Amino acid sequence: MLRYIARRLIGMAVVLLITGAVTYVIFYWMPSDPARLSCGKPCTPETLHQVRAYMGLNQPIWEQYWHFLEGLVGGRSFGIGQAAAQCPAPCLGYSFHQSMPVRTMIGTAFPVTVSITVGAAALWLVFGVATGMISAVKRGTWWDRGATLLSLTGVATPTYLVGLLGILLLGFQWRLVPVNGYANFTDGIGPWASHLILPWAVLAFVNAAVYARLTRSQLLEVFGEDYITTARAKGLPERIVIGKHSLRAALTPIATMFGMDIGLLLGGAIITEKVFSMQGLGYLLLQGVGQLDLPVVVGVTLFSAFFVVAANLLVDILYGYLDPRVSLA
Amino acid sequence: MSLSPELSLRKDDPEPFLQVTDLAVDFATADGSVRAVDGLNFTLERGRTLGLVGESGSGKSVTSLAVMGLLRPDSTTAGNARTSGEIRLNGEELLSAPARRIRELRGRTMSMIFQDPLSALHPYYSVGAQIAEAYRVHHKGSRKAAKERAAELLGRVGIPRPRERADDFPHQFSGGMRQRVMIAMALVNDPELLIADEPTTALDVTVQAQILELIADVQQEFGSAAILITHDLGVVAGTVDDVVIMYAGRTMETAPVDRLFAAPQHPYTWGLLGSTPRLDGDRRKRLAPIPGSPPNLLEPAAGCPFAPRCVFTDRVEGDACATDRPAALPACHLAPDDRDALRPSSRKAAS
Repeated sequence: MLRYIARRLIGMAVVLLITGAVTYVIFYWMPSDPARLSCGKPCTPETLHQVRAYMGLNQPIWEQYWHFLEGLVGGRSFGIGQAAAQCPAPCLGYSFHQSMPVRTMIGTAFPVTVSITVGAAALWLVFGVATGMISAVKRGTWWDRGATLLSLTGVATPTYLVGLLGILLLGFQWRLVPVNGYANFTDGIGPWASHLILPWAVLAFVNAAVYARLTRSQLLEVFGEDYITTARAKGLPERIVIGKHSLRAALTPIATMFGMDIGLLLGGAIITEKVFSMQGLGYLLLQGVGQLDLPVVVGVTLFSAFFVVAANLLVDILYGYLDPRVSLA
Repeated sequence: MSLSPELSLRKDDPEPFLQVTDLAVDFATADGSVRAVDGLNFTLERGRTLGLVGESGSGKSVTSLAVMGLLRPDSTTAGNARTSGEIRLNGEELLSAPARRIRELRGRTMSMIFQDPLSALHPYYSVGAQIAEAYRVHHKGSRKAAKERAAELLGRVGIPRPRERADDFPHQFSGGMRQRVMIAMALVNDPELLIADEPTTALDVTVQAQILELIADVQQEFGSAAILITHDLGVVAGTVDDVVIMYAGRTMETAPVDRLFAAPQHPYTWGLLGSTPRLDGDRRKRLAPIPGSPPNLLEPAAGCPFAPRCVFTDRVEGDACATDRPAALPACHLAPDDRDALRPSSRKAAS
C-alpha cells in the first residue's frame, strides 16, 4: 500500500512537471512580449533590456523553467537590492502585473473556488443520485421519462445560459438572491450562502444530469444481479434491497466520477465564475491569460493540475476501500 | 373439543405442507408471451425431499422463484412474469398473499440456495454480515447476537475457524466453501422449506457430494421439507424421496425415486437416464443423448411437447402425440403395455 502510494506520488510529480513545461512552451511561442507590455512608454531598448532581465525573460526557456522549479522549492527574488521583489518558497511565480507573488493571489481566490465547488458538488450528488434512483426504480414510467428529460436538458444546456437565466429570473425578476459578487464565509453563513446559491444551483443542474444517468444505468444493471434476488429471498424489504444492497454496488463508479469532478472543479469553474463575477481560480486564470501574465497562468495551471492528479490518486485509493476485491499493489 | 382450532384443524385436515396446483408462469417478451411453467402440480410433506428434474429451460428454476414469491410484480426486478394457479404453504395461499406476508415467509419459513454462490452473494459485504442480516430481518435482538448466530451457522456447515472467516468476503472463499456459506445463510432462520436450485452445478465433482450430503444432513437435523432442483438424475438418486420430471414447463411423470429408476414411464425420462453416466455402466458404450433440442416456448406444441424428439411416436395410433395433450400422468400417449415393452432394460435404481 505505501509502496503503491509512493509510486503514484512520483508519477504525479512527473505529470505536474510536464504540465508546467507545456505551459511554458505555449507561452514562449506566443507572438507577444510580456516585457514590452510592462516596459511602459516610452520604451527605450535599454529599459526593455532591464525589464527583460528583471523578469528573467533574457534567459533561455529551459533555464526560466528551471529557475521556476528552484523557486518552488527554495523561494526566489526578482531584481537586486532594495527594489527586489521577494517570493518565498514555495514560490509559484511572481506577477509583475499585480506586483505580488502568485501564491498570494491564489490564496485569495482559492476559498471562492472551494466554496463554489463544495456546495455545488453536494447538491448535484444528492439530486443526481436521487433522480437516478427514482428513474431506475420506476423505469419506463412517466417518472423515469420526466427525470430523463430533465437530465438531458441539464446535459445539453450550456452553463452560461442556465447561469444567465438564473440571474435574470431569480436575481432581477424575483429578487430572491444577489445577482453577483461573493461574501466570505467569515462574513456569516447567510450572506455567504445567499451569494453562492445561484452558482451552486447552476453547476448542480448541469452536473446532476450526468450523475442521474450514471446512477440509473448502474442500478438497472445491479438489479439484474443474482445477489439482489438473494437479498429479496432473505425477506429484506424493498427499501433495503434498493437503498442498501443495490446502491452500494452501484456506488463505486459514481464515487469515481465524483472524485474526478471535484478535482477538476477545484481548479476553477471558469465559466461559472465569469458569469457570476466571482474571483476564484478560474477568474484568475482568465485574467492571467488576458494580461499575458505568464507567472499567474503557470501558477494557476499547476495548482489546478495538482488537484486533478491528486483526485485521481485519492479515487484509486478509495476504490480499494469501496470494492473489497480490489487490492492496491 | 378443548383443542385449539388450529390444532384440531391440522388433525382432521391432512393438508399437505406444500401444495402446488395448476401453477402456470408466463413471461411477456418482445416476441410474445412465453409459458415457462404450464399446469404444474405437486405436493411435499415435512421431512421429505422432492426432486425437480429437467433440462435447461424446462421451468424448474422458474417454479422455485414462483414459490419464493420472487416473480411477484411487487419485486422491482421481477420484470414481467404472470403467475396463476395456487401455491399453498401450511394451508396458506401464497400467490394472492400480500407482499408483506411473503416477506415474512421469505428467508424465515422458506429459504433458497442458489446455483452460483459467487454471483448470489453480495461482493461488497462480508459473509458474516450477509448471514447476520438474514437473521436480523426476522428476529429482534442485538447485532452481536446475530453475528454470533452467523458464526454458529458457518461452523455448522463445516467452515473452519468460522468466527474469523465471518469477516471475509465471498471472493476469499473457494467455490465449495462459498456454497456452504450460502447454505448457512439459508438455514439461519430454521426454515421449514428449503429450496436448492442446482446447488452443485457450479462446483467440482469432488465437492458436489459433500454439499449434497450437507444439505441432506441439515435438512434432517432441521426437519424441513426440501426441493432439490437439478438436471442431473445422478444427483437425484441418492438424495430425494420423490421426483417430478419436467419438460417444457410441464410435468412428464412423477414417482417415488425408487420406482422412477426401477420402472421409468416416460420416453423423456428414458432419454434422461440414457444420457446419465454411470459408474457401473459399460465403459465402451457411448452415452445416448436425446436427439433434437428443447422446444421453443414461444410456439407451444398442441400435443405432447416432447413428441418432436420422441422416437416412439409411431407406436401411438393416429397423430395423438402431435395433436392431443396427454391428460394424465405419465404424460404419454403410449399404452402402458407398450411402455413396459419399449422401456430400455436393466436400468435399476442407482445406489
